[in-house]
Amino acid sequence: MPLITSSKTQPSYDLIVVGSGAAGGQTAYTATMAGAKVLMLEAGRNYDPVKETPMFQNNSQAPLRGSNTTDKPFGFYDATIDGGWQVPGEPYTSASADPARQFWWWRARMLGGRTNHWGRISLRNGPYDFKPRSRDGLGFDWPLSYEDLAPYYDKTEMLVGIYGDNHGLENTPDSPAGCLQPPPAMRAGEQLARARGKKLGLPIIPIHRAVLSVKQDADTLPQKIHPGNPRAQRLLAAAMRERQACFWATPCGRGCSIRANYQSTTVHLPPALASGDLDIVPNAMAREVTTDAAGKATGVLYIDKTTGREHRVRGRVVVLAASSAESVRIMLNSKSARFPNGLANSSGLVGKYIMDTVGASLGGQVPALENLPLHNEDGAGGAHTYVPWWLYKEQLAGKLGFARGYHIEFESGRRMPSMGVTSGLDALTNGSYGRQFKEDARRYFGSFMGFAGRGEMIPNEDSYCDLDPSVKDKWGIPVLRFHWKWSEHETRQAAHMQKTFAELIEAMGGKVRSKPEADGAKAIEPGGKIIHEVGGTIMGADPKKSVTNQWCQTWDVKNLFVTDGGPFCSNADKNPTLTIMALAWRSTDHLLEELKKGNL
Amino acid sequence: MDRRDAIKWMMAAAAAVGALPRGAFAAAAPGAQGYGTDPDLLKDYKPGDLWPLTFTDAQRRTAAALCDVIIPADAKSPSASALKVHDFIDEWISAPYAPNRADKPVVVDGLAWLEAESRKRFSGDFAGLVLKQKNAICDDICYTANAKPEFRDAARFFAKFRDLTAGGFYTTPEGMKDIGYTGNVPLATYDGPPPEVLKKLGLS
Repeated sequence: MPLITSSKTQPSYDLIVVGSGAAGGQTAYTATMAGAKVLMLEAGRNYDPVKETPMFQNNSQAPLRGSNTTDKPFGFYDATIDGGWQVPGEPYTSASADPARQFWWWRARMLGGRTNHWGRISLRNGPYDFKPRSRDGLGFDWPLSYEDLAPYYDKTEMLVGIYGDNHGLENTPDSPAGCLQPPPAMRAGEQLARARGKKLGLPIIPIHRAVLSVKQDADTLPQKIHPGNPRAQRLLAAAMRERQACFWATPCGRGCSIRANYQSTTVHLPPALASGDLDIVPNAMAREVTTDAAGKATGVLYIDKTTGREHRVRGRVVVLAASSAESVRIMLNSKSARFPNGLANSSGLVGKYIMDTVGASLGGQVPALENLPLHNEDGAGGAHTYVPWWLYKEQLAGKLGFARGYHIEFESGRRMPSMGVTSGLDALTNGSYGRQFKEDARRYFGSFMGFAGRGEMIPNEDSYCDLDPSVKDKWGIPVLRFHWKWSEHETRQAAHMQKTFAELIEAMGGKVRSKPEADGAKAIEPGGKIIHEVGGTIMGADPKKSVTNQWCQTWDVKNLFVTDGGPFCSNADKNPTLTIMALAWRSTDHLLEELKKGNL
Repeated sequence: MDRRDAIKWMMAAAAAVGALPRGAFAAAAPGAQGYGTDPDLLKDYKPGDLWPLTFTDAQRRTAAALCDVIIPADAKSPSASALKVHDFIDEWISAPYAPNRADKPVVVDGLAWLEAESRKRFSGDFAGLVLKQKNAICDDICYTANAKPEFRDAARFFAKFRDLTAGGFYTTPEGMKDIGYTGNVPLATYDGPPPEVLKKLGLS
């Protein structure tokens, strides 16, 4: 394994990539398939999902029956290690004490980063999502269009393995034949919602998720993904053959030892490592990008967490893929006489326009789902169904009071019991106990449904991060300070979600489990809670109004790229990971071309 | 997937247990009594493995008795105490995390109240009462919304204790089977709900 320690790095690389998640993984994959020499720095420890994933463990084998704690915020068996909204020794601060103005920053210090635990929902941005300002006058247009990115969505879907299908819906792009895997059948509650939700006009269709519903075709896909590159085809085919199809058990958030779902550590890194062109230094906390007298990036200065010592590595190109905010932090900490405000920050916009996703949720109890005949609803370890945004026309006509849309995610089914399995049941049972309680538990199991909205936030002047003037982390590196504010576009959207979920629950003959919140400011989750942090190094067509161009290349330092969610200048309701990967692939192709031409 | 493949995968997953290499990076987390941010996920944990337990013998006996009033044995599954759910509750209230620390006085004080009430009403300890006597006390505290003012604190304790008992019970293999959870097994295909389910929902 070319996982190496600091003392074993080469004198120079073609690329230094900071981060190993969706962006770093994709960047390193694309570069090594083209034969470039890459050094990847990861701030957390090495992690091997094949050996470390708790497959089939039940909650009675875990401390506290697997409940979430501050050490494991998504539960004991969640794949995240050394991560969460708080990372020991690595604080961040908030500029405001107001609870409504907090930003929760999720980090995962481990190889593969947040890709190990994510929800794996993989939706393409649509044509409107790249030109939002042209459509409604708010936010920013991207300096590229859907058509520019579409071929990379195609390749990413084939590489990663994504189930879903096509419905020809507005701003919800179809994938060309051969890109998607067949979606799993809908669960009972999802089918009931589809039937009853029709009268509300909700299109309830299969969701797209990065899970192999069938084994990938290693004989044909590599040629489609890497035409004319037999070495890449061979490496990818071998990696694909190591992946199994989903066996419809074990929640995806635990990771996957059979590599059926996408994690950077199951998809991007194995073939990149097998190429022999990738070195990875784990426990490497990047502090700053180093530069030369001409203002070009020369490499990265990092702290080896195992020794506390500083190391410098050199590369022809530096790619930040550390997560949007962490990449901002590295750039702002890369100060020099030439770059007194941080690197590539002549626009003053590094750290500005950070975004998350609008989130709100509501649960219901549906009598029709009580006492169903026993059946296994584990499925693909996540949702099979969703509702894409359906009110584009009403919204454009100004009828809704908020400018951007949301999609609806489902939580339903007879899932593996956890500590909350009967909580709140007393309101339905008048507090039964004894034999009656056991009967009631059987009756109500699987009759609860949850609906979560995931909506677009419009970038605003009040949501940004900068360096805290005094606080440093345990490595002595200045930390980020977050400034946050939702606008009425987001809070009104959250209130609309509540109303819609209540209508859907009632249409199913169910009852809401709590009163739908009419005040959007109360319904909305805190910033960062949905873990769709993007922006901070936004792309654009004008160097004065953006940090990077459409290739995620910084305007000021031509051999410095940012391939994580930082260059997003809008944050569509579609979960960002698929777009991060497609964009990173496109940018890395461009970077390699420029490198070949001697332009970097 | 045929049965042989399914077994092979089960075996592969099982073989991973105990083979986990612990990295050199294992810095102690704050809140040092917890399990930290990088615990071994493949190990089987038992109450008392990670932090010292709380219950005295007497408290443990009362807790086991109350567990069985809430979840007694029936034709489908054993009682909660037969599955050591009272020991899990001890693990829960003894944990160093904030929600657990908040539950500890609720449970400890609640068990003390239950003992005092048993002596007051029936001149015996709770575990020694006959079921009818136990039920007489529990009927007064089993639903917070209906509890008389003098029983409100006890009702809050009972609600918490029922959640802990049920959570502890239905997460065990016996409890999962009882409640009707049939998953956590590898399948060759996922076919969705069977016809009888769709028929009952009027979707066939």
